[in-house]
Amino acid sequence: MQTATSSAFKANARVALNDAGLQKALARSGTSFIARRAAAAAALPEFETLRDEARAIKDHTLAHLDFYLEAFADKVEAAGGQVHFCADAAEARAVVLEICRAAGARTVTKGKSMISEELGINDHLEANGITPVETDLGEYILQLRHETPSHIIAPAFHLNREDWEASFRAAHTDLPPERVFRERRDILVEARTKLREKFLAADVGITGANFLIAETGSSVIVTNEGNGDLTQTLPRVHIALSSIEKVVPTLEDCTSLLRVLARSATGQEFSVYTTFSTGARRPDDLDGPEAYHVVIVDNGRSGMLGGEFQPMLRCIRCAACMNHCPVYGAVGGHAYGWVYPGPMGSVLTPALIGVDQAGLLPGASTFCGKCESVCPVRIPLPGLMRHWREREFERHLTPAAQRRNLALWAFVAKRPVLYRALTRAGAFGLRLLAGRRGRFQRLPLAGGWTAGRDLPAPEGETFFARYAREQRGRAA
Amino acid sequence: MSREQVVLAIRRGLRRGPLPPDQAMALQARLDAHPRHPIPARSRLDRDGQVALFAANVEREFGTVLRVADAAAVPAAVADWLAAQNLPSAAAIAPHPELRAIPWADRPLLRLREGRAEAADAVAIQHGFAGIAETGTLMLPSAPERPTTLNLLAEAAVVILRADRVVGAYEEAWDLLRAELGAMPRNVMLVTGPSRSADIEQALELGAHGPRRLCVVLIGAG
Repeated sequence: MQTATSSAFKANARVALNDAGLQKALARSGTSFIARRAAAAAALPEFETLRDEARAIKDHTLAHLDFYLEAFADKVEAAGGQVHFCADAAEARAVVLEICRAAGARTVTKGKSMISEELGINDHLEANGITPVETDLGEYILQLRHETPSHIIAPAFHLNREDWEASFRAAHTDLPPERVFRERRDILVEARTKLREKFLAADVGITGANFLIAETGSSVIVTNEGNGDLTQTLPRVHIALSSIEKVVPTLEDCTSLLRVLARSATGQEFSVYTTFSTGARRPDDLDGPEAYHVVIVDNGRSGMLGGEFQPMLRCIRCAACMNHCPVYGAVGGHAYGWVYPGPMGSVLTPALIGVDQAGLLPGASTFCGKCESVCPVRIPLPGLMRHWREREFERHLTPAAQRRNLALWAFVAKRPVLYRALTRAGAFGLRLLAGRRGRFQRLPLAGGWTAGRDLPAPEGETFFARYAREQRGRAA
Repeated sequence: MSREQVVLAIRRGLRRGPLPPDQAMALQARLDAHPRHPIPARSRLDRDGQVALFAANVEREFGTVLRVADAAAVPAAVADWLAAQNLPSAAAIAPHPELRAIPWADRPLLRLREGRAEAADAVAIQHGFAGIAETGTLMLPSAPERPTTLNLLAEAAVVILRADRVVGAYEEAWDLLRAELGAMPRNVMLVTGPSRSADIEQALELGAHGPRRLCVVLIGAG
């Protein structure tokens, strides 16, 4: 499993803010996702209704998750596939390895799958002599660079063109070193050629699953490149990895969710390839895998059911929240330190690896609420982050100085007369101190603010005092 | 064994045991009835409107639409398009009865090989099961006469679709599939335009791993 550095978020963020290449990438990509989602939502009058439908479908399914998972598994088996239920990452890794070994696999192609990152599938296969090859363009270059994804649908979000060219030159040593990449297209074509050989040679193909459909026993992948389909069609064996909450009841339920997924993610109305796989090759089929396995993992999600964090399990991994998040937009995905970045990562990561390790993530939010406003399944992300902050506080994980300050503020805030007296004195005193300038370049206890900008002085009167004065004036 | 474990863990979270039989039956009934949710109004058009919307959406998603009056006009349309695109006059073609009924012999220079696609194929000709007007999406279920690799391996994918197989929304296509195929085939691909990626600096490029070009030959579109 990927080691988490979430507890070092503050240091990670500082590094990210000073990383010129990352900042260039973030600036370029920043607004395009936002604009495209807005355009797609505007072009579909039923978009808001569909968001409500999507939330309702997910809530209904979660309340009956045991039923739908069992119905799904029965259907898969009836169609000639195999289902493997795994309680945790270690079990899932062992199952995947066993399937690959049984197939005599030497190389394994992979479609983009965040659950496979969470479970640490690649490292486990490599440690056991099997070579995994990432085929999604963004994942491919990350594999070459030994980096992890920084965004859940655009894994190479943090890279610039020069990074692509440098990595390709370093890795594709059989090609003429003096070749020129005139356009981005040249990079794409080189990757297409290189990966075509891998697709054809693979013994096993591993994909994730955007959805599992209980009605038909199908796994669904949503892609644009076609690599996921090549991964699951060409090899002898297809393994679909999924966590337990991906199941939906029917094709119609899945269709409704698909209508909001691509629009929320990239602003497309539908992804180029949305593919439903059900079982292995049929008797007279000319192509397709001979074996179909679905690996369903819990890995901490059942612990989120029935509690205040259950809404997080509605997530359909569209990335709208991180696309709109000012914090993510400033520091990128790696700062979050684990598999899932941005607002959804800030809620999910403490649930999966513990709030003691990941407690800084829900703290890294201004609660501007943009994430919740764009979430296709209306997850109350700021509310859930606040729950984590409360849990953290209860467990005394918050730093002592912060606790003392909060206690001090709480003492004053619970005594309104004292609060108003102190703030009136403070407003008056600061106004005096600021003199003619009306602002502070430096102020004790305000270093975090004044390091970057002046702090405007209060006008001398608190709002309550002014309000009372004006009311008296009106009454007179 | 682990299936039990996971199911029990889920029930622990939900603070209940197995569902009572009447509730389980109700959920099974919901699965069997697969009720529809609201369908966007944009595809609630008459037949001609749906065909026009389908074609417009295919083109908006970087596909090409060739409208022909009947099956007899298909060989010329395909051969001419391949020539215009500077593509080889050779293709892998789905062994589907409707495609076999097309008079390919009218264009003898077009060399066709029935079966699945191979890596070396530049062009693949597939049979379209249905077209979904809502987003210009093709429904391509796998079958012995409709191998999946024809959708993926070639540089250019050509899909032959009868205009009367265009429906408005995805739900209508699912019902067609349920009625005509009975059970889900191994694979159903919903294809909207040619392959693409925006992974490199968020700039859109066509032809990532799948076909760089998608051409829909719409028969009987008037």
